[in-house]
Amino acid sequence: MLIERMTMGSSFRFVDRSTLLDNRQICKEILSAVSSDLAVLPLNSATFRSVVEMRPLDEAETTQVFEKLFKFTGNNLKNIVESPSHEGLDKNPGRYCFRLHKNRVYYVSESLVKRATNIKRENLVALGTNIGKFTKSGKFHLTIQALNLLAANAKHKVWLKPTSEMSFLYGNDVVKGGLGRITDNINAYDGVVVFSMSDVPLGFGIAAKSTQDCRKMDPNGLVVIRQADTGEFLRNQDDL
Amino acid sequence: MVVKGKKLQKKPSRKEQSKEFLSVKSKKKNDILSESDMEDEEMEEQQSLDGDGGNSGSDLSSDGDDTFAGDVLQGSDDEEKGSGSDSDLDSDDSDVEKKSRAIDDEKEREEKEALDELQLNIKEQPDEFRLPTQEELEEEARGPPDLTGLKQRIKEVVRVLSNFSSLRQEGATRKQYIEQLKMDLGSYYGYNEFLISSLVEMFPPVELMELIEAFEKPRPITLRTNTLKTRRRDLAGVLLNRGINLDPLSKWSKVGLVVYDHQVPYGATPEYMAGHYMVQSASSFLPVMALAPQEKERVVDMAASPGGKTTYIAALMKNTGIIYANEMKEQRLTKLTSNLQRLGVTNTVVCSYDGRELPKVLGHNTADRVLLDAPCSGTGVISKDESVKTSKNAVDVQNCSRLQKELILAAIDMVDANSKSGGYVVYSTCSMMVIENEDVIDYALKKRDVKLVPCGLDFGRPGFVRFRERRFHPSLEKTRRFYPHVHNMDGFFVAKLKKMSNSKGVPAAASEVEEVVEEGSEIEPSTTENPEAEIPKPQRKEMLKKGNKSSTTNNGSLKRKNEEKPAPKEKRKKFKPLPREEISKAREDKRQALREAKKKATTKSASKKARPGV
Repeated sequence: MLIERMTMGSSFRFVDRSTLLDNRQICKEILSAVSSDLAVLPLNSATFRSVVEMRPLDEAETTQVFEKLFKFTGNNLKNIVESPSHEGLDKNPGRYCFRLHKNRVYYVSESLVKRATNIKRENLVALGTNIGKFTKSGKFHLTIQALNLLAANAKHKVWLKPTSEMSFLYGNDVVKGGLGRITDNINAYDGVVVFSMSDVPLGFGIAAKSTQDCRKMDPNGLVVIRQADTGEFLRNQDDL
Repeated sequence: MVVKGKKLQKKPSRKEQSKEFLSVKSKKKNDILSESDMEDEEMEEQQSLDGDGGNSGSDLSSDGDDTFAGDVLQGSDDEEKGSGSDSDLDSDDSDVEKKSRAIDDEKEREEKEALDELQLNIKEQPDEFRLPTQEELEEEARGPPDLTGLKQRIKEVVRVLSNFSSLRQEGATRKQYIEQLKMDLGSYYGYNEFLISSLVEMFPPVELMELIEAFEKPRPITLRTNTLKTRRRDLAGVLLNRGINLDPLSKWSKVGLVVYDHQVPYGATPEYMAGHYMVQSASSFLPVMALAPQEKERVVDMAASPGGKTTYIAALMKNTGIIYANEMKEQRLTKLTSNLQRLGVTNTVVCSYDGRELPKVLGHNTADRVLLDAPCSGTGVISKDESVKTSKNAVDVQNCSRLQKELILAAIDMVDANSKSGGYVVYSTCSMMVIENEDVIDYALKKRDVKLVPCGLDFGRPGFVRFRERRFHPSLEKTRRFYPHVHNMDGFFVAKLKKMSNSKGVPAAASEVEEVVEEGSEIEPSTTENPEAEIPKPQRKEMLKKGNKSSTTNNGSLKRKNEEKPAPKEKRKKFKPLPREEISKAREDKRQALREAKKKATTKSASKKARPGV
């Protein structure tokens, strides 16, 4: 019974993916597709019994999460949702899905979700990749653990000079002086993933200016407003 | 050349004088070759080369000096000097002369003293080291500890013990020496009685000293490359550029790196934070290598935090399959999850159970491989944690052992013997104690249908097959022990078990023969092992009644005992399940009754209290 419910919840598919491919406003499409998909799903009240229990995201939550992810990955969001998962024991690779557990959102292979069902919710700590959390006021924040996912699918990237790497890892924003390279077509307030010059992902943030404006800026001008950096693994291990 | 000649001439003369002294002395003291003697001989040779070897040295006055100088070395300087010393007119020269004479005298004296001392030492050496008497020890105990004396005595005792028959003191037994050694080691290195005794039991004295010395030094820092994100060569290159001097770990590991020195903290580089490596002791590579997980398997890590081994397993499985990482202690969970996320491990389900409950949760006979890095007394990692030296006692270790026995049965129950690729359990501890290692494995071999297989590690010492009064299954030589003084890693134990069938209980054929031999030895330790179990039954019942408040902890341990107690004998096993249920039922009833009684009491008292107020 339980397994059935989990799998049903986890396998929300987009109604027709082909149309999404050539749509320019892919994000909105995805969101609407997802929400409609969810609306079709019989929402078992038991599924939403508790915030603590691991469950699929509801409509509003999905929207929030996808909006955030879309900010960083753009069209690659499709990749994240559709790529086959190599984890788990199933012969044919399943897909990844999003799960909410103790206010944290996990991006995890369906196969793993199925096999985690026999673990009591109090005893389940984490599974797959933790990509973010819902704050007490109900907002969604991406956390540093999502970096791998974002870096692999990033649309906008910034590379740092070796000298400013450490500054960023201590939690500072990126200024023009520390900038090594930057991708084109960044608009202000887009999500950017920050790399070192040797392509090691360091964190992510929000672009303060567009690429064009960055060119004209003075060395102390703000380029990326930091949201998360890998230094957090050391600084606030307990909050992760 | 001239100067040299002068020196040469002067020196021998000085030496000659001392030699005179020495020769007299040495005659008295039966010719002892000392360094000064040797030197003198050399000097003599030099002299003979110079041409005045034939001189007897009887006339070593300044006159003699002068004449030689004139004779042999035609240097004008020498002549001048000689005349100066002769006439005593030149005050400067005579001063030099006096000074040199004073120096000569001093040298003589020093040499004499040295010789005397040597003599003394030599005299003492044949005079064998003898154990301190009771009074001396008491005397010593009163004063502050004399560390150099202690060290000296430890050395002596070890020397005597290494060649006991010829070096021992008349009438002293080996036991006396051992006792002395234990006491001295305890006070010199700060071990408690229990730990030092158990170490003494395991190692011969010379090796024991090496081990204890090794415990005083830190082990080398090692890193493990996270092959999910990078390669070892690339990582080494990057870290070298950052000022961390490192080398590949020994040839048995393809992912290990040893840090020699570092200008920047090796635990805070951008690569560390990006999860390219893990700081992990070399010994903790071993159980994972023994486990050898394959891709697309179902693996359980029963005590996972801080995740070094779990992430290694994930890396070997290339993030496929599924890993259940269990960690009971809540405060260690954050570290585990944070490390898993940092290293980019995605195939893990982290849960927090008591390891003994795991088979119920994850299912019997379901996993392909189980890693049990059991909680232990930590006696192998004294170099990391000094407190182990004093904090552990026999009861602690017994408790650990009991827990480990339960955990290993749980681990074996989880493994599926029919798994195509696996069916293995790897058991490891960072303890050196036999009852936490061989004893536990031996217990598992008796309780379940498993057999030991080689660990796949081509180094390490084989485990004990017999230890003092205990006799273990002969296949225990397939287990591996690692020591700080031999392998330069933490003290460690690794055993790999293959599950032969999913049936619970002892393998039929093998048990018959062994049981007869080993039953006696099995029962004895188990009774001594559980000091609490010796409490007579009625008393225990009382405890039960009393201990209702703290029922959670007390209850658990009692239950366990019930499970364990009827261990070796078949007869008891048969009627075991029924009484247990009954007992639990009875207990539940009793508890219920007590609870109600309590409730009544509290309500009564509350009402009583309330009344006067009203």
